[in-house]
Amino acid sequence: MKLKFIEEKIAKLLMISSAIVVFAFVANIIYTIFLRGFPALNWEMISQIPTGGYYNGGGGGILNAITGSLYIVLGSTLLGLLISIPVVFYLNVYLKKDSKLAYIARLAFDVLFGIPSIVYGAFAFTIMIYLGMHTSLGGGILVITLLIIPIFIRSMDEVAQQLPKDLLDATYALGATKLETIRVVLRQIAPGIATATLLSVGRAIGDAAGVMFTAGFTDSIPTSFSQPAATLPLSVFFQLSSPNADVQDRAYSAALILIFIVLVISISGRLITNYFSKHKI
Amino acid sequence: MQTNIYQNPTRSSWAEDYSFLNNNIETTEDSSAKDSSLRVRDLNIYIHNAHILKNVNLEIPNKKITCIIGPSGCGKSTLLKTFNRLIDDTEGIRYKGSILVDELDIFDPKTEITDIRKKMGLLSQRPCPLPMSIYDNIAFGCKMHGERKRKKLDQIVEEQLKAVGLWEEVKERLHAPASKLSIGQQQRLCLARGLAVEPEFILADEATSALDPISSKHIEELFVELKKDYAIILVTHTLRQALRIADHVIFMYLGEVIEAGPAEEIFNNPKQELTRKYLEGAFS
Repeated sequence: MKLKFIEEKIAKLLMISSAIVVFAFVANIIYTIFLRGFPALNWEMISQIPTGGYYNGGGGGILNAITGSLYIVLGSTLLGLLISIPVVFYLNVYLKKDSKLAYIARLAFDVLFGIPSIVYGAFAFTIMIYLGMHTSLGGGILVITLLIIPIFIRSMDEVAQQLPKDLLDATYALGATKLETIRVVLRQIAPGIATATLLSVGRAIGDAAGVMFTAGFTDSIPTSFSQPAATLPLSVFFQLSSPNADVQDRAYSAALILIFIVLVISISGRLITNYFSKHKI
Repeated sequence: MQTNIYQNPTRSSWAEDYSFLNNNIETTEDSSAKDSSLRVRDLNIYIHNAHILKNVNLEIPNKKITCIIGPSGCGKSTLLKTFNRLIDDTEGIRYKGSILVDELDIFDPKTEITDIRKKMGLLSQRPCPLPMSIYDNIAFGCKMHGERKRKKLDQIVEEQLKAVGLWEEVKERLHAPASKLSIGQQQRLCLARGLAVEPEFILADEATSALDPISSKHIEELFVELKKDYAIILVTHTLRQALRIADHVIFMYLGEVIEAGPAEEIFNNPKQELTRKYLEGAFS
C-alpha cells in the first residue's frame, strides 16, 4: 500500500480515538452524577426551599438555588447582550478593517476572556464594598455579566467579521446610515448571536467562584435585586462538603438538575438558531 | 487602416445586436426628459499614493444606457462606486474635483451622503439580497425613508416586483427568505429593491457577469425597458453586452477616460487608436 494511504488510515484512527476520549469523559461524568444523584432526586428537591436542618439531612429542596441561578443567568444574559451587541456593531461597521482601536479592543477582550471568574468575583467584591453594597442578586448579575461579556463579544465578532462587504454596500446604496444597517447586520449575524448566547449561558450557570462573594448564598428565594441569591454550583459545593452521605447524594441530584437545565437551554438554543438562520445569505 | 468591426466575419452576429441598438436609440429620443443629470469635473482619485482616476471629465446622458468599458483595473468600478460615494470606506482614499448630481456637488460637506445614495440604485456583480424575506427586501428601503403604511408598502412591493417581472414567480411566497430564490431571481429582486426607493440613476457593476445566459438576458431587457425612466450606468466586461444595449459608451484605460460618446460612433468610428485596438480585441 502507498504511504499516503497508510497516513490517511492512521490520521483517521487518531481522529476517531480523540472523539472517543472526549465522549467517554462526558459519558462518565453524566453516568456518575446520574448513578448517585438520580435515586436522591424527588419532587421535594425541585419544589421546596431548604428547611433549617437541610444540610444535616433534614427536609426541603434546592428551589432557592434553581431560581437564583435562573435569575442570574437571565439577568446577566440580557445585560450582556445589551452591552456586547453595540460593541460588536461598532467594531465591524463603524471601524475600518485595519483600525488600531479595533485591534486593541479585540486583544483586550481576548485577555478578559482568559481571566478566571474568582478574579472577577474579587474585583466586583471590592467595588461592592466601596459602594457599600451587600452580597446580592444584583451583585451576582453584575459579576456574571462581566464574566460573559468577553465570550459574547468574541464569539459574535467572529461571525460579524465574515459580514459580506457587498451586503453593507447594498444597504448603504439604499440610503442607509451606518446605524440603519443594524437591522441587516443583526439578521445576518443572528446565528452567531445565538451561539454566543448558548456559550455564555453555559458559563454563567456553571460559575461558582464569581458568585460566591457577590451573590452570596441564602436559603430563601430573592424577591429583590438587593437580597442575596443562592446558585446551583454553590449549592452543589455546600452539600458535597457535608459529612452526611445522604446530603452528598443530594449534591449529585443538584448537579443533575444543573446539567438538565443546560441541556434544555442548549437544545432550545439550537432550534432558535435554526429559525433565525433561515434568512442568512 | 480603418477597420469596421461589424464587417469582421468572425463577429458577424454583432451586426444583429447592433441593429437592435439603433432601434433603441430612436425610441428614447422622443421620451420627455426628467432633469436628472450627472457631470464629472476634473475628478482625480488617489488611494494611498496610487493615482486611480486621472482627470476624469464626463457627462452621463439622462434616460440612456451608458456603458463604461475598458480592461480590468482601468478604474471602471472605482468610478462607479464614486458616484454614490461607496468608495468613502476605502482606506487611504483622497479625491479632487467634483461630481455634480442634479447640480449638487456630491463631495460638498453639506451634501447628505444618504440623499446621494438614495438617488443611485446599485446593482452589484453578485446579487446580494438582504437577509430577510422577499417582501422585506423591497419594503426595507421604503420603511427606512419613512413609509410606514402597510397598504402603501404592499402596493410598492407589488409594483416593483412587477417592474422586474418577478411578481408572478413569487407572489405566493412573498414572506419566504430571499436567499431561497435562484441567483437570477435574486438579481432582479435587488434591482426591484433599488427601484423601490425611487432613484434617478441605476448603477450596475457587471451586474450580469455572475448570472446564467438566460437570467443575464432578462436583466439586459429590463435595462432597456427601464431607461424610459432612469439613467442607467453599466460597467461591463463584455463588449457584446455593450454592443447590444449601450446608447452611450465610455472607454477607460489606466484610470483615464480615453473616449466617450454615442455608442454608434465609438463602435463604428473610434477616434482614438487605443479604443480601436481594444474593440478589435488586441488587449483586454
